[in-house]
Parts: sequence; C-alpha cells; structure tokens
Amino acid sequence: MSKPSHLTQNRRAHFDVAVVGGGIHGCTLALFLARGGMSVALVERGSLCREASGTNAGTLTMQMTRVALIPYALKGHEMWATAHDWLGHDVGTVVCDGLSLAFTEREAEILTYRAGLRRDAGAPIELVSAARAQEIEPGLSKEPILAAHCPVDGYTSAYLTGLAYRRALLEAGVTLYERVAAIGAERANGAHLLHLADGGGISATRLALCGGVWLEEMCAWLGIGLPIKVLVNQLAVTERMRPVMRTVIGIASGLLSLKQFANGSIVIGGGWQGIGDRERGGEALRTESLIGNVRLACHAIPAMRGGRLARAWAGLEAETADAMPAAGPVPGVENAFVCGSVHSGYTSGPYIARLLAEQILGRESARPLFPIDRLLEPAPGATLPATE
Amino acid sequence: MTGAITRHRVEVAIIGAGPAGASAAIALAEAGREVLLIDEAAQPGGRIWRAPASALRGGNESAEIAEGDRLRVRLSAAKVSFMANTVVWSIGRTETGDATDVARGNGAPRFRIDALTPAASLAIDVRSVLVAIGTTERIIPFPGWTIPGVIGLAATTILLKSQRMAPGQRVVVAGTGPLLASVAAGVLKVGAEVAAVVDLAGPGDWLAALPALAREPQAAARGAGWLCDCLRAGVRPRFRSGVMAAEGEDRLKSVILGPVDSTGAPVPASTIRRVACDALAIGHGLAPATEVTRLLRADHVFDRDLGGWRPDTDSEGRTSLPGLYVAGDGAGLRGATYAIGAGSATGDAIARDLEGIGGRRSHSFASQVPLGRAMGRLIRQRPAMSAAIAPDTVICRCEDVTREEIEAAITNGAREINQLKHFTRCGMGPCQGRVCGEVAAEILALHLAGPTGDIDSMRRHVGQWTGRAPLRPVPLDTMIGDFTYDDIPVPEPAPL
Repeated sequence: MSKPSHLTQNRRAHFDVAVVGGGIHGCTLALFLARGGMSVALVERGSLCREASGTNAGTLTMQMTRVALIPYALKGHEMWATAHDWLGHDVGTVVCDGLSLAFTEREAEILTYRAGLRRDAGAPIELVSAARAQEIEPGLSKEPILAAHCPVDGYTSAYLTGLAYRRALLEAGVTLYERVAAIGAERANGAHLLHLADGGGISATRLALCGGVWLEEMCAWLGIGLPIKVLVNQLAVTERMRPVMRTVIGIASGLLSLKQFANGSIVIGGGWQGIGDRERGGEALRTESLIGNVRLACHAIPAMRGGRLARAWAGLEAETADAMPAAGPVPGVENAFVCGSVHSGYTSGPYIARLLAEQILGRESARPLFPIDRLLEPAPGATLPATE
Repeated sequence: MTGAITRHRVEVAIIGAGPAGASAAIALAEAGREVLLIDEAAQPGGRIWRAPASALRGGNESAEIAEGDRLRVRLSAAKVSFMANTVVWSIGRTETGDATDVARGNGAPRFRIDALTPAASLAIDVRSVLVAIGTTERIIPFPGWTIPGVIGLAATTILLKSQRMAPGQRVVVAGTGPLLASVAAGVLKVGAEVAAVVDLAGPGDWLAALPALAREPQAAARGAGWLCDCLRAGVRPRFRSGVMAAEGEDRLKSVILGPVDSTGAPVPASTIRRVACDALAIGHGLAPATEVTRLLRADHVFDRDLGGWRPDTDSEGRTSLPGLYVAGDGAGLRGATYAIGAGSATGDAIARDLEGIGGRRSHSFASQVPLGRAMGRLIRQRPAMSAAIAPDTVICRCEDVTREEIEAAITNGAREINQLKHFTRCGMGPCQGRVCGEVAAEILALHLAGPTGDIDSMRRHVGQWTGRAPLRPVPLDTMIGDFTYDDIPVPEPAPL
C-alpha cells in the first residue's frame, strides 16, 4: 500500500542505490547516500527499525563494545548524542555515566583486564572503588567490590528510531518500499535487479545489503556464503517507578544492561538468551533466564525490587563468526556492499554505516571498514531466479 | 513473599474457571485425566457465576449465583484440583527445537506455565493447556472516561456479585447489550439509585434479537425480570442514546447524555442532558481475551460479530498449536450456555487427543448459537463510535496517548498496529494495550479504509499487538524470590 506510484508504470524504477533492510545500518546508509546526491531506494519487508534496531535495550556504551570497535563506538556515541542535529529528529538519547560492576574476585579480574584493554583502545574508562561507585550511583547496592566508570555512556529509546529515521529519509528524498520483502537479486544489463515479493522489482546501479540476521540469505542471492549467527536477546521493562538510579549499569562479563528512563520505567537487558531463530524471530522467553536477569539487576540496584515487571520480549541480534562487523564491498560482485551484523553494534552502527556511505560516494573514509573476505565460506548455492 | 520457585507437573492445565473452563475440567476429570483448574478468583465461577465473598452469603441468591453454586458442587464431586487466587503471568512452549527439549518421548510437557499464588511462585509443566479466560471489556473513549467513578459494566457485575456493592450511590448505567439491564437491576437490588439507563441500541435492535431470545426462554425470562425491576423503580431505558462526556475533577459529578444514530455515532447539534451521578457503569461490548494465544503465537481471525480478533479454533477448541485449546467466550462471543457445551466438548477432545484417538465429534451445543450471535451483534464494536472520538480524548490511558497523537503517527506513516505502538507508546503500559488496542486499531483501519473501504479487511491488515509476557504485571520482588549471588546463572562473558 506504500508502493510508490511510479512502480505501477511499465518501466521499472531505476536508482543509483538499492538498500535492502531498514534497520539502523540500512537507514543510516540510505540517508547519507541520498544526502550525498544519489537516488536511493530503501526496501524493508516490515516497518523501519522494528527488528533488532527497534527492540534492543538502546544502550550506548563502551563497556560492552569489542575492543577493536572502541574508536568506532566513540564516534557512534557522538552521533547518537547529536542525532537531533544530523538526523533532524529526536531519538531520546541520554548521555550519562556508566558503571560496570564486579561482585566476585573473578569478576574483578575480568573487569580489570577488560577495562584496561578498552582504555588502551581509547575509551575513557577508569577503575573505581565500590565506595566511589556508590557516589557516582547512589542507588547501587553494597554488593560490588570493584567498578569500572566511563563518563561516555548512555542510551536511546530504540523504539523511537523508526519514526525519526522515517521522517529523515523522506526529507532526504529516499524512496521507501515498506512492508514489501526483497526476495532475490540478479545482474542484468550491468545493473542489479532486485526482486520483490509483490512481483515488482527495482533496478539499481549499486546494491547494499543491510539485513542484520538475514544477511546470510541476502548474500546467498549473490552466490556469497556469509554465515551469520543469531542471538535471541531477552529484555524486560518495569512499570514506571520513582527514580532509583541515574547511570547505566553493567557487569564485568557484559551480561547486564540496566537504566531508568525519564518516564520512570527501567529497561533490563544484557543478552540473556531466549528462544527463537531468524525464521520465527524472538519467539519465546526462557523464564529461568528472565528471573536470572532480573535477580542480577536487583542485586545491583536493590530498590528495583519494589517495581513491577510490565513487559518482556526477545529480539534478534546478528553476529559474524569473529563477532566483528561485516561492512564493505562484496568480493567478486561489482557494486555490491554489505553493512551490519555487529555484535553489540548499536552504539557504533550509525558511524559504520556512514563510513560505508562515504566509501560508496567515492570519498575517503575516515577509518577502515570491515571487509567480509575474512568471513566467507563456499557459497551455499545461489538462490537466484533464472536470468531473463 | 520470598522463597524459591517450586516446579510442578500436570497433564492438563485449564486457565479460567468460568462456565467453559469448569465444564472442561469436569469432562476431563470424568475421563480420568489429571487436570488442574487455575483461576485468579477465590472460587470457581468466572464472571457470570461469580461467587459472593463468603461473609456475604445467605438470603435469596440470584439465579446466576445458584447456577454457580451447582457448578462448584459438581467440580468438587469430580475431584478437580482447583488452584485459587492464582495469577498466570507467562506461558511458553517447551517444544521449540531448543537443545534441552530434544529427544523427549510421548507425554512430555509442551508448555510451561509461570504463576503466582499469594504464597508461592510456581512453574507448572503441562502437556495440554485449555485457555478459558473469557473476555476483555470494551469502552470506546469519550471525554472524561478516565475520571474516578467511571467503571466498566462487566466490572460492575463483579462488584455486585462478589461484594454486593454498587459503584456509587447514584449510578448511570450506559452502553450496550444485555449487561445494561442486569447491572441496573443489580444496582437497585443492593439499594443504590439508578439515575439513568442509557442504551446505544434502539427498540428495533432488541426486537430483532427476540427470535433468538425465544429459543432460550430461561435467558429471556431473566432479561425480562431485570427490565421489570428497572421499570418498577421508575427507571426507563433511554434508547439510541449515549454518554457524550463524563464531568468532574477528582471524582465523577455528572454525565452528558445525547442521542446517537443507528451506527452509534452522536447526532450532531442535538439536545443533550446533564445527569448528576457519582458513578457511571459503562460498557460497549466485550472482546475475546487473546493475550495468552497471542503470546503463544497461535493463529487468530477477525470476526466483528464474535467480538473482533479471536483465536482460530475448530469446533472442539483446537488452535493452530498442538496441545493448545480455547473454549468459551474467549474463542468468540457466544454466551454462557454455549460456553458450557463448548467447554465439555473441548474437555472430551483434549482427553481423546491425549489418548491418541483422532477425529472430531459433532456436539449438540453447536445449535445453541443464535442467542449468542444476536447478543454478539448487539455488542459488536461500532466503527462510527471510534470515528467520532474527539482529537484531545485520551485513547491509551496507561501512556496518555490522545486521538490526535495517533492521527499524527498515521500521518507520519504508521500502517500497522505494532509500528503505531513504537511511534506513540500507545499500548506500551501496564495493561499491555488490552484497553486501547481495539480502538487504536480501529482508528488506523478507518484511516486506511477511507470513507468507502472495507474496515474489517483493514483491521486484518493492521493486525494485533504482539503478545508479551507478563500476562499481568508481576511484582519483581515476588518474581525473583530470595536468592544469593551464587543462585544467579550468570552466562559466560561476552566476546572481547
């Protein structure tokens, strides 16, 4: 129903770029390409930012970011913090202190080691005593024995990103194909021809695949074997409650994220695994994991015990074999690119997509991308429709 | 409450002990199956056969309470285990291709139910689940509908039956359907005043239901009795009328009544009346409660005359998920008489399915549809009412989302109900969209259908909220119980 009117004409629409996948990566890439002067089509089988990009915890942190990604995450954090300026619409970003906690000697060792490596990579993380941590976060329990403090932390309201990006994309002149799935791609007359589930098609000089956990299937269209692992992250949110915390709280192992939003609700995450896969989505919760996750949260912030669980869900997260991003050209396929599948990549996502946009626009990238050559396996057999 | 979570296992669990759930429990117990009947209330009976609080027992009990008492006797004679005061807050499938669930034999649990009792936190593994949770009350918002003193019609019946109490001293009873007369008579019986009975339907709508009523003389006689009670007290129903607004600050002081047309929409520029009252019992129908079947991702269908979205079931309550059954009004509004038959039939079907006996049987209860159908039409959601909601009226009372905010989200491109939820927070609050969902979806569907389109096909297009746990808000303290740090199975560290 949102099909652009020119599709009803006989000629297929042609664009400089077709972007497949309307999450943070696809939306940011499409936005900067359009602003760079290209004609852009963005194809999303559902609504924008309603999968991983809209259902994650929204944490913007260095303390759960992979060490090699820290420089990118710092830039990404800056983009989230200034989204109102460059995106033009609010995504509810809050910048605040972040604390990663250790409750045991073993966790203190992990924390010391990890914080050190991240600090060396440029994150302003410093180890602090439990007493100092309690000054930074008065809601903290007496349980931690050590903490790592980072003033560059915070969160967005992930559910707001779809609306914000949608408005920005339309303002930038991107043609949106929403609620229609791309089902295959082929080369025709030197262009990429993208097949849509409604029988339509899009012709584009360049093709950018930004499908998150579905990137594996999309790459198979091009005869490329890029294995993508699917994580099923459980999340929970409380009813609104009185202010009980003012920071983002994590733990040494990285499996807790906790913050209270301005409306009083507390989002509890950390990547405890639920039940699901890329076909079914985040289908069901593991109650034991939900209870474990909430116990961990209350162990850190005891006043949360007075709250009530309002809603819990599971969302998918993509991960490559080495848990580093897939962002760069597709080897052996002219003018084809992938972008996405970053472990804990919400923080760095917009920046990595912007870097790829610069590369596609022929500008010099400020930082190297993450070409996928290292991740490729023998192609699983192309699922291309026969060439006409 | 503190303590560990206790684990239980039972063959069949039934959620909801109203006419459908209780009848199914008796059928299963008589078939020799192990069955656990769970309900939030202290005694079986559901809403319609709600038991009075025990201290209020005695005297001349109403027909409904007497019927409920007969059911309660039958349940205890059939030795059905009843778990009272128990809130089910989550149900999950165990059969999901998960490594821990592989290689299990026949009879293995297919679902895990998480529940809270006043004394314990429970996990119950079950082979089959019957969902018999009835309906959610519908109120189409109007100015002032969130003022204290405004209460649902169905909610009022619970107050009347279990506590023998009216919601106020001077009550306006408004909305549509058979509950109007029932509540008005109930309010009079407990000694409060009925300031007005305000019915969206016209006399003609009721006349159209007469042939169906004639096929259930008991129900017809009961309805006539309620009406006589009202007339004796000098209360005459105002037909084709609706509540235009409720007024008051911290407490309801008055309501504005005005005429409506045959679609339920207010008649513009017509004479309105202000009626002083301290309570407004109002209901615009009932909708099947689908939170459990949505959570489990069973298939649903939209059928306005049966209450809107309902789980897709066969004639014996089987859903699209093996082992998951639905019976009673929660499977589509057909009334209590039908629910008793459907509950028994579903109980039989569950027993046969457990024994591996395939096939379906025909059941005589299936002929008892006309009255339920007629009442269903009377209390169906009327699109014109949602279309007439004023821009500044709150639709989602949990998150304070108004009609105009929903319209703005539609202008910004929201085209399905879960996208609308992200754009506005509508449905994100503690009620999980149970109250606002139908209205938000109707407003979106009205927009997409335009003046001439098919609103029902657009309702199918915009969909339903994704079902989420918890089914009811859960106190975190109760959920997590007592623990030490060693009791938390903290997963291995994430990659560095």
